[in-house]
Amino acid sequence: MSTPTRPTEREVAAPAPAADRLQASTARRSRSGRRTSWATPWLFLLPYLVLFGTFVLAPIVYGVWISLHDYDYTLPGKPWVGLRNYTNLFDSESVTAGPFWDGMKATAIFTVFSVPLLLVVPLAVAVVMNQRFRGRNLFRAVYFAPYVLGVAVIGVLWRFLLDRNIGIVNHYLGVVGLPDDIPWLTSVPEAWVALVGVTVWWTLGFNAVIYLAGLQDIPNELYEAAKVDGANAWQRFRNVTLPGLRPVTSFVTMVTIIASVNMFGQSYLMTLGQPGTDTRTAIYAITETGLRNFRMGDAAAMSYVLTLVLMLLSLAVFWLFRERKS
Amino acid sequence: MATVLERPAAPEATGERRGRGRGGRLAARYVVLTILALIFISPLIFMFVTSFKTRQEATAVPPSWIPDDPTLGAYRAILDAEGTPVLRWFANSMIAAAANAALVVATAAMAAYPLARMDFRFKRVVFALIIGTLFVPPVILIIPNYLIVGELQWLDTLWAVIVPTAASAFGVFFLRQFFLSLPNELEEAALLDGANKWQIFSRVILPLSRPALVTLALLAFLTNWNDFLWPVYVLFSPETQTLPPGLSTLQSANNVRYDLIMAGAVIASAPVLALFVFAQRFVIEGVSRSGLKG
Repeated sequence: MSTPTRPTEREVAAPAPAADRLQASTARRSRSGRRTSWATPWLFLLPYLVLFGTFVLAPIVYGVWISLHDYDYTLPGKPWVGLRNYTNLFDSESVTAGPFWDGMKATAIFTVFSVPLLLVVPLAVAVVMNQRFRGRNLFRAVYFAPYVLGVAVIGVLWRFLLDRNIGIVNHYLGVVGLPDDIPWLTSVPEAWVALVGVTVWWTLGFNAVIYLAGLQDIPNELYEAAKVDGANAWQRFRNVTLPGLRPVTSFVTMVTIIASVNMFGQSYLMTLGQPGTDTRTAIYAITETGLRNFRMGDAAAMSYVLTLVLMLLSLAVFWLFRERKS
Repeated sequence: MATVLERPAAPEATGERRGRGRGGRLAARYVVLTILALIFISPLIFMFVTSFKTRQEATAVPPSWIPDDPTLGAYRAILDAEGTPVLRWFANSMIAAAANAALVVATAAMAAYPLARMDFRFKRVVFALIIGTLFVPPVILIIPNYLIVGELQWLDTLWAVIVPTAASAFGVFFLRQFFLSLPNELEEAALLDGANKWQIFSRVILPLSRPALVTLALLAFLTNWNDFLWPVYVLFSPETQTLPPGLSTLQSANNVRYDLIMAGAVIASAPVLALFVFAQRFVIEGVSRSGLKG
């Protein structure tokens, strides 16, 4: 199948002068593409598509099916219940509505406080790290380092540091004359301060690195021009840096919202959901319902409602950033 | 001309105008930066320090930054312990993360190659489908994947933490972008020499893509090594756990033995921190690149 075209190609390729080579190569590439059997690309794709189909595509559909059943993993019968798992979530009498909406509320509180901080603090870090000074790479690495660690390490570490009695955080607060008996992990709103603070410390390096890449893409000429026009540092930041970072900021906002809505490990390990279930997030509620109590129909329904909320939120962010552009 | 004009405006020059103040300002800036950086990583330093303390000193008030009596006791205690086989968890984590990274890179590279360099029917559909799932929140997959993994008899085995997360849409996207940027000439030369597509892929494309493959492998390793939610629910016996769920059992089993818990945390951090120090540029660039193209 492939042999007939080859001599022609050789003829074309051999005498082609250097200037024409680029054009000729494009032509040859599309021709060689046609020569391959239709199966070749699919054979390359096969291993990926098997994994992708089994663990990504199929579960998306399977999840809907589960959510329409009274799916108790440990019991033999899994009767069809239609939308009841969903309607139950909106019926205050049901057993699932309470934990789910408490979780949604906890997630909302966490998101509302962590996202703005994770937009502003990393930007400040990025602006400082974007300046030219010796050792800059070392400082960058320091701010990024906690992000490399997993939530399990972060969680057990800060449970220790924030311990009410033996934790060093309360100790040093006492040393500088502040209250040294703060129940960081067992009482609200202190627990929220702890969870948000730790998350900001842990992940600010990630957002800062993305901002940094964005800062480096802003053409220096814009700053020069602004300087010529007599703009001071703050004015240059407002009128050059911020507009230049808009696409990056919209991306960071989106990623940070998604990460915050998915918060789980910090409250699972640090506060254990306490006090009561106040810091038990939506993901926490979903996994406990589905994977601890094996009420998978309910949990699947919850995960789709959470997804719907997340999608609406994403659309709002998208719209917000597009609106300002025009 | 332009460069000459730009020079005086460079950031360093601003201080110069103030003459002697420059050195002082620079020093002050370093002092501030260094203090902030030290405060920032002090939790990690304290974790490290505590792991070498005795049981009593670990919870002593005021806290010490240099152990009075440095000891490997905490490490010895957890490595041998019956219900918390940290060494086993470490091996499990290594196997899982390495296998997962290999699977991610192999399948994503193979999938990205035709998507970048061949024309075929439904190419756009396949690519759009893969990219579309980047926007699917992972929470949707938890319940059905638990049941699928159960059907496959993979619960409480390392398969459960190696395979299901291996279909990386980001990996396909990332490698496709890289493959698109490679020059055509070498591929053509190989074609003229009679190489088939597989040979071109394995002998031309892959060797040229080493930086991208390494970056993806590092990111996949890091993600798998640190994964917490999924292993917490799919691995339940002490022997099959990876380090992250292991740490949580260590915490609930030894709520007051912070010397032990910190030793466990150091063991869980050491490989990724070492990898990070070693491959810092790769990791940070990989992250920022993934950010910009998203």
